[in-house]
Amino acid sequence: MNKILYKEKLSSEVFKIVVEAPLIAQARKPGQFVILQYGGDFGERIPLTIADADPDKGTITLIFQAVGDSTHRLALKEVGDSVDNILGPLGHPTEIKKYGKVVCVGGGIGVAPLHPIAQAMKAAGNEVKIIMGARNKSLLIMEKEMSAIADELIIVTDDGSFGRKGLVTEPLKDLCETWKPDCVVAIGPPIMMKFCALTTKPYGIHTIVSLNTIMIDGTGMCGGCRVSVGGETKFVCVDGPEFDGHLVDWDNMMMRLGTYRPQEQESHHRCHIGLNIPEGEA
Amino acid sequence: MHRSKDELDSLARSQLAELEGKSLSMKDRGQIPVQEMPTQEPEQRIHNMDEVATGYTESQVKVEALRCLQCKNKPCVQGCPVAIDIPAFIAKAAQGDFAGATETIKQSSLLPAICGRVCPQESQCQKFCTVGKMHKDVDQAVAIGRIERFVADWTRENGCDKLPEIAPPTGKKVAVVGSGPASISAAADLRRAGHEVVMFEALHKAGGVLVYGIPEFRLPKAIVQKELDNLTAMGVHIELDFLVGRTRTLSDLMTKDGFSAVFVGSGAGLPKFMSIPGENYIGVFSANEYLTRSNLMKAYDVGKSHTPLFESHKVAVFGGGNVAMDAARTAIRLGADEVTIVYRRTEAEMPARKEEVAHAKEEGIRFLFLHAPLKIEADDKGRVTGVELIACELGEPDASGRRSPVEIPGTERVEAFDTVIVAIGNASNPLIKQTTPGIETNRRGNFIVDEETCETSIPGVYAGGDIVLGAATVILAMGQGRKAAKAMNRYLATL
Ligand SMILES: Cc1cc2nc3c(=O)[nH]c(=O)nc-3n(C[C@H](O)[C@H](O)[C@H](O)COP(=O)(O)OP(=O)(O)OC[C@H]3O[C@@H](n4cnc5c(N)ncnc54)[C@H](O)[C@@H]3O)c2cc1C
Ligand SMILES: Cc1cc2nc3c(=O)[nH]c(=O)nc-3n(C[C@H](O)[C@H](O)[C@H](O)COP(=O)(O)OP(=O)(O)OC[C@H]3O[C@@H](n4cnc5c(N)ncnc54)[C@H](O)[C@@H]3O)c2cc1C
Ligand code: SF4
Ligand code: FES
Repeated sequence: MNKILYKEKLSSEVFKIVVEAPLIAQARKPGQFVILQYGGDFGERIPLTIADADPDKGTITLIFQAVGDSTHRLALKEVGDSVDNILGPLGHPTEIKKYGKVVCVGGGIGVAPLHPIAQAMKAAGNEVKIIMGARNKSLLIMEKEMSAIADELIIVTDDGSFGRKGLVTEPLKDLCETWKPDCVVAIGPPIMMKFCALTTKPYGIHTIVSLNTIMIDGTGMCGGCRVSVGGETKFVCVDGPEFDGHLVDWDNMMMRLGTYRPQEQESHHRCHIGLNIPEGEA
Repeated sequence: MHRSKDELDSLARSQLAELEGKSLSMKDRGQIPVQEMPTQEPEQRIHNMDEVATGYTESQVKVEALRCLQCKNKPCVQGCPVAIDIPAFIAKAAQGDFAGATETIKQSSLLPAICGRVCPQESQCQKFCTVGKMHKDVDQAVAIGRIERFVADWTRENGCDKLPEIAPPTGKKVAVVGSGPASISAAADLRRAGHEVVMFEALHKAGGVLVYGIPEFRLPKAIVQKELDNLTAMGVHIELDFLVGRTRTLSDLMTKDGFSAVFVGSGAGLPKFMSIPGENYIGVFSANEYLTRSNLMKAYDVGKSHTPLFESHKVAVFGGGNVAMDAARTAIRLGADEVTIVYRRTEAEMPARKEEVAHAKEEGIRFLFLHAPLKIEADDKGRVTGVELIACELGEPDASGRRSPVEIPGTERVEAFDTVIVAIGNASNPLIKQTTPGIETNRRGNFIVDEETCETSIPGVYAGGDIVLGAATVILAMGQGRKAAKAMNRYLATL
């Protein structure tokens, strides 16, 4: 059950695994995610986007960044190991249709969930331009896959070690001015999505974001994933994960992500023993 | 004064020595004092998750059973939602035939060890008990629930739990959605009839609210697990991590996967919030989230569990039901310094089990009656700092007959809290409705079913428990599960 068939290290802290999950592989659509639980009774439940799936082989692809305790423990698993529990596909799929011109913006690990959406947007007959950003060159992932889809691929890094130096919002603003997209999809760290939404707002361009709140069950039972969207409380796991970026209360969402920061730092410290990732990098 | 189990037992032994062998008149029986439930001492139990009520001793249960008058008209049975033959099982318990007593209960209720612990007996069977009426005090009624619990525990612990016989295979496949008490009961009765039964549960552990919601200190998880193990031993296949509506739709199950009928027992797992300002600040939780972290994810076992817990000192719990009591008593066990239950009405209107309220008080939970929260306040980092409250008084009775609270203008004040737990109830999860065209629900999203058969608007699809009743009780969920299974067995026979 849920055996890992393939594993690859994409960058110093990003891993790709292909896992057996036939029913999920059949049902999933771009934009949906799964919840994993492993390590017996005491394991945490963590959400990860389905980056790709092969319904014939019955597998799904997950791409994750080892940021804390649970993702580090997942990174320690090898081909042949199993993930005890995988629930999915969860959430609503991305609304894929012919918008015309679409800009896809991916920051850091956000490029992974963006990939199937960009692919589907392209297949739906859209012109697709892609902006990818990372802190530095070594953290860039899936450049080849993205360039195969994109009509134009723009890469930026915070430190200028690859592509343009700067933030994804700069080329995004340029495109809003010159190319006038009909839709923008932005997936990445909340702060990036917030500023992408702020960038597109003056142009009135529909902007889809995918929220990565803290989750437990993923079925709408706990309300831990709630965010305020257009003044209404929404549960990201069942109402989302994608929302209109112009309506999300970003500051509240980012605050809520920090709910367990003291405890996470504690266990983050513990989990580095064993993976040999230098503390500063992860 | 807290009395230890040993003290209570030796008292019962001497009472029993006096009573046994004598022919007792009604009056004699009515005058036997009610047996007190042994419990862990409050100062001790707030530092552990172990069960609070440790259960009667054999002598206690025999004395308590002698209190029953064996009324001909059986008023207690009329108060029982599934009409257990109460005097019959109590008579067996009095004779020390505990396995026989359990067998009598099992004719009507499949989950006596669970219901003996969590049923609101004081508003069901015990409310109508003649002995209680004699004393004009429901607390003096025969402790039916405690006797039920004892005999069920005895039967399980002594390996006398017989698995029911399974009819020869019918070749028909039935799906059961969810694994709470409604689904457990339906699955058992469907399997007994010889059908192939597959139970689909969304979470990584089966048991529904019994596992993720009700805490260990009130309902040990091993007891629920035993019920699930029995299902497995009967040949029910339990499929975890399967969300009907997403992993497969209900129609997929019926049209593509070969299930001839489906029972939906998906519960009322959608936490309600109050829509007051500040509800999304850091430190505000639904009771479901708070309890799930602690129970299902074992976060109470700090150091072992990978799921973090919020560090709380002053906790406010909004609500007055079992969910609120469970959340408050969990918070105290997780190390909060002070826990306050804020309830809009008075103690008399609180829907929680009486015993839980009493236990909560013993554990030092503070009750703020006749108060309603208006607003949650936070610091500049969004962390909760307090709650603005307003005093209320009871006004006219509402549609449910309960007097509704009326806010008293000018009484607003702010109290300091760092954590708020919202326990004002659950609505039904909309997922199956949204993904199943043709299923009819009421305004609240509850499935509309035929009263007699529990069949929904889709032929072959049945439903029961909280998804039909709204947040109700374990015994009602169990009862509907069985009712539905009976009708489903009839339906399947016609195919
Ligand atoms: C719908 C959804 C889809 C997701 N898809 C992916 C994916 O495809 N790949 C991937 O690598 N991650 C994804 N995430 C984020 C991933 O779930 C978290 O990184 C993971 O739960 C962290 O667990 P941990 O125990 O390793 O870290 P923790 O110890 O819990 O946290 C370590 C650090 O990560 C931050 N963090 C915690 N939870 C989240 C979160 N949900 N989002 C962002 N930061 C968080 C913490 O604030 C902390 O700084 C997704 C999240 C959601 C809600
Ligand atoms: C904290 C708390 C304390 C309580 N205390 C008491 C008490 O003392 N006494 C009492 O009588 N009652 C009590 N109740 C109420 C009682 O627990 C419920 O009435 C009862 O559990 C309902 O049973 P059910 O079988 O309908 O559903 P549930 O027990 O809610 O189980 C439903 C199950 O279905 C699963 N599910 C939902 N949707 C899907 C889907 N689409 N696919 C697959 N699986 C799905 C859920 O994950 C869940 O496991 C309490 C409730 C709570 C929350
Ligand atoms: S009403 Fe009370 S005394 Fe009478 S049969 Fe029932 S339990 Fe016994
Ligand atoms: S994760 Fe629990 S409701 Fe969304």
